Amino acid sequence: MEEYFRQLAETAPRWNFIWMYEDRQQGKILSGIWMTLKLSVMCLIFSVVIGVVGAWMQGAPSRIVRAIVQAYIQFFRNTPPMVQLLFFYFALGQFTPFVVGDDGWSVEPIISNVGWAIVSLSMFAGAFNVEIFRAGMEAVPESTVEASESLGFSRLQTYIYVVLPLAFRVCLPALNNNLVNLVKTTTQAFAIAVPELLYHSVTIWNDYPSAQYPTMLLVFVAYVGLVAILVFGMSRWERSIKIPGYGI
Amino acid sequence: MTWTAEKPIVSLKDVRKSFGTLEVLKGVSIDVMKGEVICIIGPSGSGKSTLIRCINGLNDIQGGSIFVQGKEVHATNLDKLELRKKVGMVFQQYNLFPHKTALQNVMMAPLKVLKENKTDVESRARQLIKKVRLEGKEDSYPGELSGGQQQRVAIARSLAMNPEVMLFDEVTAALDPETVKEVLVTIRELAEDGMTCILVTHEMGFAREVADHIYFTDRGVIVEHGPPKTFFDDAQDPRTKEFLGQIL
Repeated sequence: MEEYFRQLAETAPRWNFIWMYEDRQQGKILSGIWMTLKLSVMCLIFSVVIGVVGAWMQGAPSRIVRAIVQAYIQFFRNTPPMVQLLFFYFALGQFTPFVVGDDGWSVEPIISNVGWAIVSLSMFAGAFNVEIFRAGMEAVPESTVEASESLGFSRLQTYIYVVLPLAFRVCLPALNNNLVNLVKTTTQAFAIAVPELLYHSVTIWNDYPSAQYPTMLLVFVAYVGLVAILVFGMSRWERSIKIPGYGI
Repeated sequence: MTWTAEKPIVSLKDVRKSFGTLEVLKGVSIDVMKGEVICIIGPSGSGKSTLIRCINGLNDIQGGSIFVQGKEVHATNLDKLELRKKVGMVFQQYNLFPHKTALQNVMMAPLKVLKENKTDVESRARQLIKKVRLEGKEDSYPGELSGGQQQRVAIARSLAMNPEVMLFDEVTAALDPETVKEVLVTIRELAEDGMTCILVTHEMGFAREVADHIYFTDRGVIVEHGPPKTFFDDAQDPRTKEFLGQIL
């Protein structure tokens, strides 16, 4: 296999699949994929949590709480994610404390660029998730909420046991879309030098222009694969929580 | 004020309720003794449902007072949970939790609200399902049950909280004529067991048969009230006569 790709690079100079036969480049690709996976999973989790909590806070009796949630949504939904990444890392990053690194003498910020990427992308996708969950909650009939109130459930219990499970089912397709977008948006962490798949790929084709086509191809295939796994998982889940005799 | 069994279990004094500028209840007073069955009848828009919803605090009031077992329902320091434990409510549209089976619907409030032990709750829930004649339907979802079956699950769900008073808000209005009977049979059995029931209903035959006392409301006031026999056979007020003339 390795020998085949080495041969191919010699006979077809534009098709240098360098990461198929050189360990160093292969390591970059693998660690890039691993970073992209970590980034995606963390952001998926946090953004869904932000969505659930934010949608709950949007229904809070306090006008101030509602205004804060609204301001958050407007800011993160209406500005480009890459600008947010740069802002978080370069602007906010200056105000966080610095700590001594593992080597004992270098000084580094307590939140790394990976940390900021997770925070920033989660907030970005979370803003959309709040709106998605709110739409789902609006589909839950007021009368069902009243029934749960009249059984003695508190506002929080009603949210957790009645509204959320029903809202989830309604908004899964929209949530699905947003999470797919989130996975793809993780490539923008490239801007703050997070060593994810795109970052490593670019370094490879900068070093080896002959590897540009194969590496771009690999990036496409990798994202198609990642998104396919996510969509497969989500639709499996969607089917497993389908309620018999209920429209959604 | 401590409550004793000689005093009314539910007492409304000069209750006034407005939606915006529309006054729906213009001073309604009703006393209900423990074990009594009260039917409230009247033309649509006369405030019957609003009245019954005020009793368990789903609607606020603008004047007068409502007491349940000596506790004022609209007092600012009211323990809502205490009230909801005492007062069960069944709605016109059943309002079951669509994502839970019949058995889970019945079990949910005692488990989550009263934090009771699961085995106790389950055996009680199974008994209640048996009581409303739905044995074998424990694991069906609401969407798989007929309207009448759903309504009986809703009754069982309210009973699971061991309420002192049951409120029925036009519970047969959304049902097919054939299934009305099965729900009414269930309510009659409850009444015979000594449960205090307040019903808003259009089923005159049923009201006549089970009620201890009938109240006729029109345009936000109680026009006439009395035991079923005198009420139906010897109505005094022209508005009552007109209404009964139209429907009997």
